[in-house]
Amino acid sequence: MTRQMTGAEMVVQALIDQGVDTVFGYPGGAVLPIYDAIFQQNHIKHVLVRHEQGAVHAAEGYARSTGKPGVCLVTSGPGATNAVTGLTDALLDSIPIIVLTGQVPTFMIGSDAFQEADTVGITRPCTKHNWLVKETNALASVLHEAFHVATSGRPGPVLVDIPKDVQFASGNYNAPQPSTSHYQPTVKGDITSITELVEAMEKAERPLFYTGGGVINSGPAASQLLRELVAATNFPITSTLMGLGAYPASGDNWLGMLGMHGLYEANMAMHGCDLMINIGARFDDRITGVISEFSPNSTKAHIDIDPSSINKVIRVDIPIVGDVGHVLEDLMKVWKSRGRKTNSAAVANWWSQIKEWQAIECLKFTQQGKVIKPQYALSRLEALTKNHDRYITTEVGQHQMWAAQYLGFEDPNRWMTSGGLGTMGYGFPASIGVQMGHPESLVINVAGEASWLMNMQELGTAMQYNLPVKQFILNNERLGMVRQWQELLHGERYSSSWSESLPDFVKLAEAFGAKGILCSDPDDLDEAIMEMLNHDGPVLFDCLVEKHENCFPMIPSGKAHNEMLLGDADTQGAIDAKGSVLV
Amino acid sequence: MSDLNLKKGTSAKSAYNLRPNFSDIVERHTLAVMVENEPGVLARVIGLFAGRGYNIESLTVAEVDHEGKLSRITIVTTGTPQVIEQIKAQLGRIVTVHDVHDLTVEGPSVERELAMFKVAGDGDKRVEALRLADIFRANVVDSTLKNFVFEITGAPEKIDAFADLMRPLGLVEVARTGVAALSRGI
Ligand SMILES: Cc1cc2nc3c(=O)[nH]c(=O)nc-3n(C[C@H](O)[C@H](O)[C@H](O)COP(=O)(O)OP(=O)(O)OC[C@H]3O[C@@H](n4cnc5c(N)ncnc54)[C@H](O)[C@@H]3O)c2cc1C
Ligand SMILES: Cc1ncc(C[n+]2csc(CCOP(=O)(O)OP(=O)(O)O)c2C)c(N)n1
Repeated sequence: MTRQMTGAEMVVQALIDQGVDTVFGYPGGAVLPIYDAIFQQNHIKHVLVRHEQGAVHAAEGYARSTGKPGVCLVTSGPGATNAVTGLTDALLDSIPIIVLTGQVPTFMIGSDAFQEADTVGITRPCTKHNWLVKETNALASVLHEAFHVATSGRPGPVLVDIPKDVQFASGNYNAPQPSTSHYQPTVKGDITSITELVEAMEKAERPLFYTGGGVINSGPAASQLLRELVAATNFPITSTLMGLGAYPASGDNWLGMLGMHGLYEANMAMHGCDLMINIGARFDDRITGVISEFSPNSTKAHIDIDPSSINKVIRVDIPIVGDVGHVLEDLMKVWKSRGRKTNSAAVANWWSQIKEWQAIECLKFTQQGKVIKPQYALSRLEALTKNHDRYITTEVGQHQMWAAQYLGFEDPNRWMTSGGLGTMGYGFPASIGVQMGHPESLVINVAGEASWLMNMQELGTAMQYNLPVKQFILNNERLGMVRQWQELLHGERYSSSWSESLPDFVKLAEAFGAKGILCSDPDDLDEAIMEMLNHDGPVLFDCLVEKHENCFPMIPSGKAHNEMLLGDADTQGAIDAKGSVLV
Repeated sequence: MSDLNLKKGTSAKSAYNLRPNFSDIVERHTLAVMVENEPGVLARVIGLFAGRGYNIESLTVAEVDHEGKLSRITIVTTGTPQVIEQIKAQLGRIVTVHDVHDLTVEGPSVERELAMFKVAGDGDKRVEALRLADIFRANVVDSTLKNFVFEITGAPEKIDAFADLMRPLGLVEVARTGVAALSRGI
């Protein structure tokens, strides 16, 4: 059914028809007609952030935690350029978001008009796709297609740039139809390759599942299938940072996260396996270490919806292009129909080897004295919140890695972190987006003080919308991760990695009308955490921690999985000149 | 901890079995990319090559299906087999790209390029230029008392060869279209 309405009304109608309930945004001249249309309806809630970067990260947090696409609305020029970091973040982490930007009127494009920027030009490399809509009659179909592209195949950010005259003009609106566009990614995997993988699984002596963000992207059903598959085969499983929660941390076959700061047993298993089954992970350089020595003796299978992820970094033997959920379903069918075989005797041996590695207890630490160790702070946070209906976001740095190591994730979509781009300033706005999607749940942002300051203005947003997000800041008064690299790589010359003049976080909280808690004594920690949990409103928790703690295990740049550093004693001369040019 | 006694893993069949081991030898491939003729599509393709550090030796683009709004981009690129695979996969990711054909591996194909040469000179050189143009089946599309403009069509190597011959004879300016290519047969 076609209806007449203005472009601005179409935007609102398309969002409603696409099932959107929340929009994160910030107004300005070039989007005023859309804000006017938003004002005159009650279906969609608009959250006024304090910076457009915050809007995009909030939309990412909303998207990752709900499984629905996140939506942002920002103005032309500076509004659009402020969104660029968030778009790039969402592109690298495959998060479906739709960013709507205002643009100067079509007849002024190219004239260096006030607040004009070449938004589609600037954002072309940091979106999955983008559009400049020059006619109101084309607007509805572009908006619907934008949702289709953002959410199908490998998800990602899209942007629709809408000139102001297009918002004012009237045109025809059509409700969404199943997309007829050319863009229809393959979701079913090739059954011959799947069978080949099953054959390899039947024979494997040292198999390993290496899972990633693609399992989360595929949806809860994929996680469910993964759990069944792991239980049925008894193969060990590790995951990337992005895939945490797809398989439960309390599960019997869980080896913990792998990679640069992953667990010893997980990395050793990657190095020693004879069959690696990559499910929705992309052989990121935080995982592979030095490529020439990456898992040298394994047959590698790779399930990924994006053909460009396959053979990009690591050459694989059994490539399967398809959606994790669809492929795992077929894989289970084939495996069952062939008699549910595994080489269980060999796999049992493999497990005894893994148990030896686990016995190293690479995450062990001792809390002594009067200074809180960050690992202790997170262990207590875990103990006191794990039974809550809990969502965790993080900023970027050491605290992020410790959160991945010391918190346990039992379900998908409960863990929101900036993995690919590593964007400091992601976690706080992301926690706001998560809380909007889950008003009744406990939402905690595990932060470093430096990262947190990058988007601290969003405390205003949290207050305005009554979002009781908990900001758990591990305050080491250092750019800790940078400091660690300087210690290990640059002769302990701590160039600009020390934050002088940090604010009094309690007063800062109070200045916004929020609650601030300071904790510096390990003996007070539990009580302070309980106080944070019991407060109904945003809390800034300033947890003063050990200033020079390093994050281990660590695979130094340029090294292989079996050359991990487990603690400070291992670090002398650990990184050579070749490694130090890597990031 | 115990030493693992690892056997070399078996590498089973794969979809990329055509090349069981990607070599490090740089190859030249001609790609035909069918794209939706929307504003910005060329920028997407070129931006991909620039952003990811791939080579472009030649690139041509024109609409080939007005009704279906399809353009054909012909790209000549170089890279190791792994890089070429990646280029194709990355092109395939662009939402408005419909098809990517690697004419170099999809069977025999023909490549043609059109070029124009301005050659100035007099006396023997002028006569010689005309004679060579005839041998290369280049047409004279403009002439003054001082110069000729030749038009030549052919495979890029033929055009290179013609350019080499014209240089000592007073070559002033060259314009080349870049390669257009089609697979042979149907
Ligand atoms: C300071 C810092 C340290 C880090 N250290 C580590 C570390 O120690 N260990 C670690 O693991 N990471 C670490 N990371 C994160 C790392 O940079 C990468 O972001 C992460 O490893 C990538 O995860 P992934 O491979 O699961 O891929 P993702 O980025 O999640 O990509 C998902 C893959 O799955 C595919 N996919 C998407 N949807 C589907 C679907 N429906 N079906 C099939 N496939 C699909 C995609 O095409 C893609 O290839 C660190 C990051 C930072 C900032
Ligand atoms: C926007 C941005 N700028 C710079 C960096 C580089 N960087 C990575 S971690 C880090 C330090 C983070 O410090 P903090 O937030 O206090 O966390 P800590 O490592 O101390 O836990 C920096 C500067 C980054 N990841 N993002």
